Amino acid sequence: MSNDNNSAFEPRIIAFVCNWCTYAGADLTGTSRIKYATNVRIVRFPCTGRIDFLLLLKAFASGADGIIVSGCHPNDCHYTSGNFHARRRWMVFRSLLDTLGIDTRRIRYSWVSAAEGAKWADLVNDTVATIRELGPYNEYKKVADYLGKEAGDE
Amino acid sequence: MNNLTELANKLLGDGTATKVIGYEEAHGKTRPCFCTEAADTGRLVLDERCTNNIAVYLTKPEIVGGHKVAVTATLPVLRTMVQLAMENQLPDGTTAIVSTESGEGLAVLPTVGDMERVVAGTPLDISGKERELRERLKAMSREERWQFWLGEMSRCIKCYACRAACPLCYCTRCIVDNNCPQWIQPWASPLASMEWQISRVMHMAGRCVACGACKQACPMGIPIHLLTLSLAEDIQNEFGVAPGSVMDHGNVLSTFKPGDKEDFIR
Repeated sequence: MSNDNNSAFEPRIIAFVCNWCTYAGADLTGTSRIKYATNVRIVRFPCTGRIDFLLLLKAFASGADGIIVSGCHPNDCHYTSGNFHARRRWMVFRSLLDTLGIDTRRIRYSWVSAAEGAKWADLVNDTVATIRELGPYNEYKKVADYLGKEAGDE
Repeated sequence: MNNLTELANKLLGDGTATKVIGYEEAHGKTRPCFCTEAADTGRLVLDERCTNNIAVYLTKPEIVGGHKVAVTATLPVLRTMVQLAMENQLPDGTTAIVSTESGEGLAVLPTVGDMERVVAGTPLDISGKERELRERLKAMSREERWQFWLGEMSRCIKCYACRAACPLCYCTRCIVDNNCPQWIQPWASPLASMEWQISRVMHMAGRCVACGACKQACPMGIPIHLLTLSLAEDIQNEFGVAPGSVMDHGNVLSTFKPGDKEDFIR
């Protein structure tokens, strides 16, 4: 699972999804036998409102090249308003990341309902294609390895 | 005896306050000063040298516990007090002493409503220097911004002075003090420092009153206030909430509108 072999770069995508819509949607993609890229690892949350912004940063620090964040469409939240709160948080967070120079093109936000199995497949394929074009997120990984390298040198 | 001393003595004398938090002169600058009796109030000053945000003491039980407090408030302090009141953190019966608009006299603001009126009438003015810095940052490419902030963050010594100086950073248990899980590495590596700043700024989103205490406290001179400022600007653009404005229905990130508009969720 290492990306050391740059000649065959396989993007590593972490998807943070909500249990009630996108996770069920991804399940539907499978049961519908729709083929899509295998680069994605799904992390299931009770709600998009539970997806802490630090989790996204931790994914990058742990070697993710791209991130998908997805949940129920507005007005469809299982908990009524979790996705509305999440949306505001993402709006603010996204502009902060841009101010800091973190590559916001690598984080893809979407709404995928439990009925949108095909949309999930498209979303993953599209994200993988984007990240493949952008290449590995070495800029961030290099900084995340800061202490690891230093400790190794001692 | 100056007006400020007289006024402080009056408040202490008639029981409006049992402690006055203000500024005193020291080494040609000012520093915080706490008066509980008339003998202390002679040291009080309130002028343009008073740049510390002394509202930071209002959430410290060891200072306000058992006291009715009066604060000699500059405009940033007053803004902070209004924000604290909105978050139910302003101790009951807290009074503010402010310079009147002409700068000559003094006025006592006994209620939060009075403070709100003054704050609402004086919109936040971001200085030309800050504006220039932000413009410079905006003109950079994304890669340049990343390098700029990495360079700045690599100077951070993780002293958390920014947290200590901020009057709105009042959690009794901060995310970086929690080691189970250890969200942010405790050492001062560029990424760990950046993650700390991101957390700090996100927790300030829509609450920051742009007093600049964080920047002033930073011993390494890192312009961390640019982060809160640019966030405040984005919030103003997205949600129409001006930094330091009076909110009556909750903070930006703890409320929402079903009609919030963005262009990146597809």
